[in-house]
Amino acid sequence: MKVRNAFVKGYGVAIPRYRIKDEAIAKNWGSSRGPIEEKAVAGLDEDSTTIAIEASRNALRRAGIDGEKIEVVFFGSESKVYAVKPTATIIAEAIGATPQVSAADFEFACKAGTEAMKCCTAYVSSELADYALAVGADTAQGRPGDELEYTAASGGAAYIFSREPENAIASVDEMYSFTTDTPDFWRRPEQKYPMHGFRFTGEPAYFKHVTMAAIEIMNSMGASPKDFNHVVFHQPNVKFPQNVAEDLGFTKEQIGYGLLSGRIGNTYSGATPVGLANILDHAKPGEKILAVSFGSGAGSDAIAFTVMDGVEKKRDLAPSVESYIARKVYIDYATYLRFRGKIDMGD
Amino acid sequence: MEISRNWRLRYQRYKLEGTKCMDCGNVSFPPRRVCPKCGSENYATKALMPTGEVYSYTLVTSPPEYFESQAPYPVAMVKLDDGPLVSTQLTDVNYDAIRIGMRVEMVTRKLRAYGKNGLIIYGYKFRPEEAKDGN
Amino acid sequence: MSVYIAGIGQTAVSEHWDLSLRDLALDAIVRAVKDAEMDKKRIEALYVGNMLAGELAQQEHLGALIADHAGLLPIEATHIESACASGAEALRMAYLHIRSGEIGCAMVVGVEQMTDVLTPRATVGLAGATDADYEVTHGFSFVAINALLARRYMHEYGVRHEDLALFPVNSHANAVHNPYAMYRNEIDVDRVVKAPKVCDPISTFDSGPICDGSAACVLVNEESMKELGINREHCVEIASSSCATDTLTLSARDAPLVLKAARISADNAYKRAGVEPGDIDLFELHDAFSVMSAMSLEACGFAEKGRGCELAKEGQIRIDGSIPICTMGGLKARGHPVGATGVYQVVECVEQLRGEVGRNQVKDAEIAMAQNFGGSGATVVTHILRRV
Repeated sequence: MKVRNAFVKGYGVAIPRYRIKDEAIAKNWGSSRGPIEEKAVAGLDEDSTTIAIEASRNALRRAGIDGEKIEVVFFGSESKVYAVKPTATIIAEAIGATPQVSAADFEFACKAGTEAMKCCTAYVSSELADYALAVGADTAQGRPGDELEYTAASGGAAYIFSREPENAIASVDEMYSFTTDTPDFWRRPEQKYPMHGFRFTGEPAYFKHVTMAAIEIMNSMGASPKDFNHVVFHQPNVKFPQNVAEDLGFTKEQIGYGLLSGRIGNTYSGATPVGLANILDHAKPGEKILAVSFGSGAGSDAIAFTVMDGVEKKRDLAPSVESYIARKVYIDYATYLRFRGKIDMGD
Repeated sequence: MEISRNWRLRYQRYKLEGTKCMDCGNVSFPPRRVCPKCGSENYATKALMPTGEVYSYTLVTSPPEYFESQAPYPVAMVKLDDGPLVSTQLTDVNYDAIRIGMRVEMVTRKLRAYGKNGLIIYGYKFRPEEAKDGN
Repeated sequence: MSVYIAGIGQTAVSEHWDLSLRDLALDAIVRAVKDAEMDKKRIEALYVGNMLAGELAQQEHLGALIADHAGLLPIEATHIESACASGAEALRMAYLHIRSGEIGCAMVVGVEQMTDVLTPRATVGLAGATDADYEVTHGFSFVAINALLARRYMHEYGVRHEDLALFPVNSHANAVHNPYAMYRNEIDVDRVVKAPKVCDPISTFDSGPICDGSAACVLVNEESMKELGINREHCVEIASSSCATDTLTLSARDAPLVLKAARISADNAYKRAGVEPGDIDLFELHDAFSVMSAMSLEACGFAEKGRGCELAKEGQIRIDGSIPICTMGGLKARGHPVGATGVYQVVECVEQLRGEVGRNQVKDAEIAMAQNFGGSGATVVTHILRRV
């Protein structure tokens, strides 16, 4: 669907400073190494809420507006701190958007963040709100020893949308979603760790949905891969997005900025939004961007953007993705277990 | 678990909301309904600048109840750029790197949780300002 | 109208696993009555100093409770709480009531039972001396607050940990000969500096212990002294009593390194007693933490700002120095059963003025001062005592 009158006015990320190397995880389980180099780990006082608040404040800095102007706060996550009680209200209160604000939490595995972005786009485009904030953030968990433990990471990004093109960072040009009932990955209530279908998460889930969403949005736009300067795919590891890019005909250069999972892991609802933020940190006005997320269960959101002049003076108003990635402190597996609540404290 | 008591403090905890005396201009944090400087009861609330510098610091190794799982953690008095000193935890920092005079910025972090089924309390902590640019 | 301390009693400061709050209070009261050689039925009111029974034992209403168990019913009885200054404030309340003419003879008891709970719980209780909403919820312990003070003090005045360590070394040396003291062993500077840190830079030897104890005093006016047949020679006069307050949190103070309430409290006590710092023969100060000793000496006019450690370096704080402090071990070595501490300090001043402490005796002691802090000098109660 073509989008009219919706612009990115601000964006911001937050990535915890702690990193664990995949090899530090691997050696505990008798393997040589995992699918990525290292992943970001939330500290003892961090969770999806605190990451979301930090990312939102960074987005506000770039948007150059007060929090009270925000009329919509949608938060997408699969690691919400409460099963019942919205995180969106905490974010809204923390940035000063309350009480005249529409707020809710979204859950759609790893694509709750882009779904929130789509809904915010719809709000401003339809003139139901002047400014809408979408946040995707997670502190995802994998069962100790499970393949997800190598990649499940912490981080998030926030986007502020408006229908005003002045000083905008990018325009939202087109959106498309591809959704089916495909149970490749889930977590039941009260369960700490998710279950997944191993190889079933690949072909019928990730690849089918991402590919279809990308193809359909390009068809709708009358575009092909060469029309985009940058593309970001959901990144549960490094290989999946590389393979899907290759299959679709995108080059290594096109996926370069958006592919961060090797260095920070899979930040779930934050993954595509953080990759997109890194593209915005580097893109030039006029460049075209395609973002395609994936959420297990399953669905993909594809969103196309055009970078605008505002990006040049806005990007330095908040810390870049690279600065967050550079700000790192390595922890060992024991500290990681402590930080992630994987030690039985007897309570 | 002191629901209303924590809820009541949300503006202080999320936004460093203090008070400014409308007579002498003194800025207070936490908020003061009576100015500690001039005694005036004429005040306005004010969200303070989220930046300052470390006035003093230490490391809590023998924590109070409910903070055991976080120990050891650094705490500090931070001199806010708006004037007041604030008692706070420091985060995202190696204890050995903390110095008196170090520039810090406010972040919102988890202060504590009331057990596994209780409320989670969020509020201000401070971290080195260098994290902002990462340069 | 003059007020006198006619009898004193104390229990050893220790980990009293076998004694409850009421047992501890009773022991000190019985000893004070015996020391005064009086009939306990002549006591007209009871003032109980205690900080933590409500928090740690879920026991409030200590006035009537202790009066009952001490066999003092139905006299007036009440509980005074001013954090660690509860003991001295209870004494001051008794003093004021006698001065008012309403009563002629009062019992004061400071009592604390802290070891019934585990350390993290006691740590929460002690942190109640500071701001619960803005410090305790942020994970602050009371030691942490004093560590922040110590760090800044060392930073601003170029003081080393070795300098501050001289205070606990002095307190321990004096406790050796006090049968009621908790730590009757000598230590040296090296031991203080190298001990594990509770809160950097405060080591385990820079702070008073978590412990139990109780101390009591019988206060009378001139008339009751005669009526009750109390030996005047045995009495010590309360020459003055004063209390001043400051903000609970250090963060709210313009100059956190100046104990303003201690200065005001001491100045008022000097003025009311008609004495000057130079007249004080011994000073029982509130050495809950090493840095507090230095700051107290400065606030009370014995040293310039930032120079408190100089007195320790010169040996002036020893029994034979110009201003002996913590002569029976202080909070550090006698022990700091918080709500009882203020009464212990006064009891020790009385022992000194009566010349009863043997090897710890300050020669020709005429005037003694005791200063008790609640929090980091947020409530400061000063008493000056004079030999009769």
